Amino acid sequence: MSAAASTLRAIPLGRLRGQNNEGILALTIIVLAIVVGIADSSFWRLSTLLNIATSTLDNIVFAMGVLIVIISGGIDVSFMAIGIFAGYAVIVVTNNTGFGADIALVGFALAATIGLGLGMLNALAIAGLRLPTLIATLGTQGIIRGVLLAYVGSKVIPNYPPGLNDLSTSYLLTAHAPSGDTRLSVLILPAIVICVLISLMLRYTMVGRGIFAIGGDAESARRAGFPVVRIQVFIYGLVGVLAGIAGMMHVTQVRLANPYELVGGELDVIAAVVLGGASIFGGKGSVIGTVLGVVLISLIRNSLILLGVPGTWQRAAVGAMLIIGVTAQALGSSARRRPTGGVAMEATT
Amino acid sequence: MEADGTGRASGPSGSILRAEGISKRFGGVVALDDVTFDIRPGEVHTLAGENGSGKSTLIKIIAGVETPDAGTISVGDDAYARLTPRQAIALGIEVIFQDFSLFPNLSVAENIAVSTYIGDRRRTVRPSALRRIAADVVSRIGVRLDLDAPVEELSVADRQLTAICRALAQEARSIFMDEPTTALTRREVQALFRVVEQLKQRGVALVFVSHKLEEVLQISERITVLRNGRVVVSGDVAEFDRSALTVAMTGHAVTDTPPPDSLRKDARPLLEVQGLTSEGRFHDVTFSVRPGEILGVTGLLGSGRTEIAESLFGVVPADAGTIMVEGRPVRIRSVHDAIAAGIGYVPGDRLTQGVFIDQPIARNILAGSLDRVTGPADLVRPAAADQLVQRAAGDIRIKMSSSQAPVRTLSGGNQQRVVLAKWLVRGPHVLILNSPTVGVDVGSKHEILDLLRAKAHDGMGIIVISDDVPELVAVCHRVLVVRGGRIAGELSGERLTEDEIVKELA
Repeated sequence: MSAAASTLRAIPLGRLRGQNNEGILALTIIVLAIVVGIADSSFWRLSTLLNIATSTLDNIVFAMGVLIVIISGGIDVSFMAIGIFAGYAVIVVTNNTGFGADIALVGFALAATIGLGLGMLNALAIAGLRLPTLIATLGTQGIIRGVLLAYVGSKVIPNYPPGLNDLSTSYLLTAHAPSGDTRLSVLILPAIVICVLISLMLRYTMVGRGIFAIGGDAESARRAGFPVVRIQVFIYGLVGVLAGIAGMMHVTQVRLANPYELVGGELDVIAAVVLGGASIFGGKGSVIGTVLGVVLISLIRNSLILLGVPGTWQRAAVGAMLIIGVTAQALGSSARRRPTGGVAMEATT
Repeated sequence: MEADGTGRASGPSGSILRAEGISKRFGGVVALDDVTFDIRPGEVHTLAGENGSGKSTLIKIIAGVETPDAGTISVGDDAYARLTPRQAIALGIEVIFQDFSLFPNLSVAENIAVSTYIGDRRRTVRPSALRRIAADVVSRIGVRLDLDAPVEELSVADRQLTAICRALAQEARSIFMDEPTTALTRREVQALFRVVEQLKQRGVALVFVSHKLEEVLQISERITVLRNGRVVVSGDVAEFDRSALTVAMTGHAVTDTPPPDSLRKDARPLLEVQGLTSEGRFHDVTFSVRPGEILGVTGLLGSGRTEIAESLFGVVPADAGTIMVEGRPVRIRSVHDAIAAGIGYVPGDRLTQGVFIDQPIARNILAGSLDRVTGPADLVRPAAADQLVQRAAGDIRIKMSSSQAPVRTLSGGNQQRVVLAKWLVRGPHVLILNSPTVGVDVGSKHEILDLLRAKAHDGMGIIVISDDVPELVAVCHRVLVVRGGRIAGELSGERLTEDEIVKELA
């Protein structure tokens, strides 16, 4: 079977499809863009592109965290709570103490640290108490959100420290249109850097391969000598850091720190990661696929607005996409697991 | 004993690894009690014993996967009270677990090279280097494997090979193989044995865990037998024969099997299969089973033997052909149809297909016969259910503390009996069993085969799908050999011998 399988893999069509169907996803995005563009020609403008890029960049960073958890065979529903906790707390702290008020980077470092701390809470519950990941993060989501509203604050804060305020109005590009200007935030740069770093980490480090190994079979990973508990602590710590940064990006971009935001938006991100080819059963997924997944979901939301579909239907559309994504995976894996029946065992002696 | 070339000193006794006074309890159950076990370079040492005798626990302790309560593990001159998996790998101890412990989502190359990377405590990975390590091992033992394929796409035999290559990727000094042949057919087992021979010549010590007597006697130089967590006997293979080994493993002599009952020639066939075909799976299969007959079906992995059974049971309905039960044609499009027609099927993988492992024994036995114990409004009558369970459990002699205990708590042989009980309480006309004694110890195996004989004697038609050639010869009236999806041969009477079957298989 080995010869036949490797020729099959050498066919360019197979390669375009990508390991996790990234090619199919890219094709879907292109087809969708063409169809929506035909329905409404105003879609084909630079402003649409910038709009999608700006509106997705915080979700892309959130999605990187979710991707790592899903590859490891877990699921996280607390990342939005961590994100808004970190973002909102940083605004409150810098406004009240003036600490690092002039330098936006301090705010981001603080948000990442808060995210790390909250991520450790997940690590404790999952690696320490061995709770199922869904239950553990559902619990921490409630705790984190409750603490935020009860102790940090429950008011919407419109005034920002100068450093973050400047950052929120720093743009790379501006597209002029009769309906108004669309701008691309500089925050796209850190988002790209994070994607590249996560991609390298997953592919070229032992921790990254350990995450895939645990997602493939946790007990096998332990037997092979992977430090499973340490890797799990790393995963949930890193997801916390990414969520903290993403939350800070979001709060910076919207220029209105609202502690009631983000939580409830987990569906969009999880759906994007799964559509991006990450296996909900663990062990599979890629950064490029995830980015495409986030873009596809954002594109669908954008085009539904453009086509005049009421906002209430957008959630239904995203939910449907999640189901489609998981179904495609289930069908794909059952096709792959069909036994080949090949007997290729031959010793040369 | 000669020192090997890797430069590490062998211990004073000439052993490269010695586990001494190992004890381990799980809750109140003693799994290992003061076990001492050693291996020498270049030897094949078999650890034999029935299910639950402690073999797997001992290996897990040596591999660092379980922690012993007492005892030491010495490698060379160093003694350890416990090992971690990483330490064990660094000491040259490699284990091929019964389930292979591979990563289905990763490539063959990565699966093979991964433990080398962990052993070297590396932080980064270069895929090309990974592939080189794997390609090197694969060519060293001269096997063919697609290094880029994910393991989940491989056949069982290739997965086994991948696991073996992984163990060899490092400078392994001792390799433990936990029941390496259960998933392999006879031909693959012989190929595995050739690999083992090469390894021996390189001074690697091999430890086989097995309860297949023929294999144990064929391949090993020394044998250590465990029973109830203790070493019963340990010595050179020359000191053992089949019956001595059986007595050591079971604690009592198991009498050889009587020849099968003679059949009534005039009886009308219970099951007649004519021209059964399933596209790409099997073709034009014709055979019949008479009342009281035990029909064996064998063939290599992928030959179509399991597929035929699955079609008869309606799992994957056939495309063409006729099936008659007791002379009446039946249409089998689903499992439900098959059960209604009086056909039962005990699948090969009892753990994933045959039982609800965490559910009580009683519920498992009842699972196929709820309609027999329901009263008005389709509610289960507890008294009737209980009576049925007790009758079945007594009939089939399942050793259990309570019918409410989960099936998981039973030994392999008793689990298999629960699966059988589920079918036997229904009293099917024809019962198909796929590999009924795989993973079952010698004592239980005989009892299961006796049970099949008794049921055949009562008039049931039985089809046994198996790789175990001596078992087929012992229990079957006729044996069909399936090759490439067709029935390639039929053996009965004088020609029903181990040699003839092996000849037909090749």
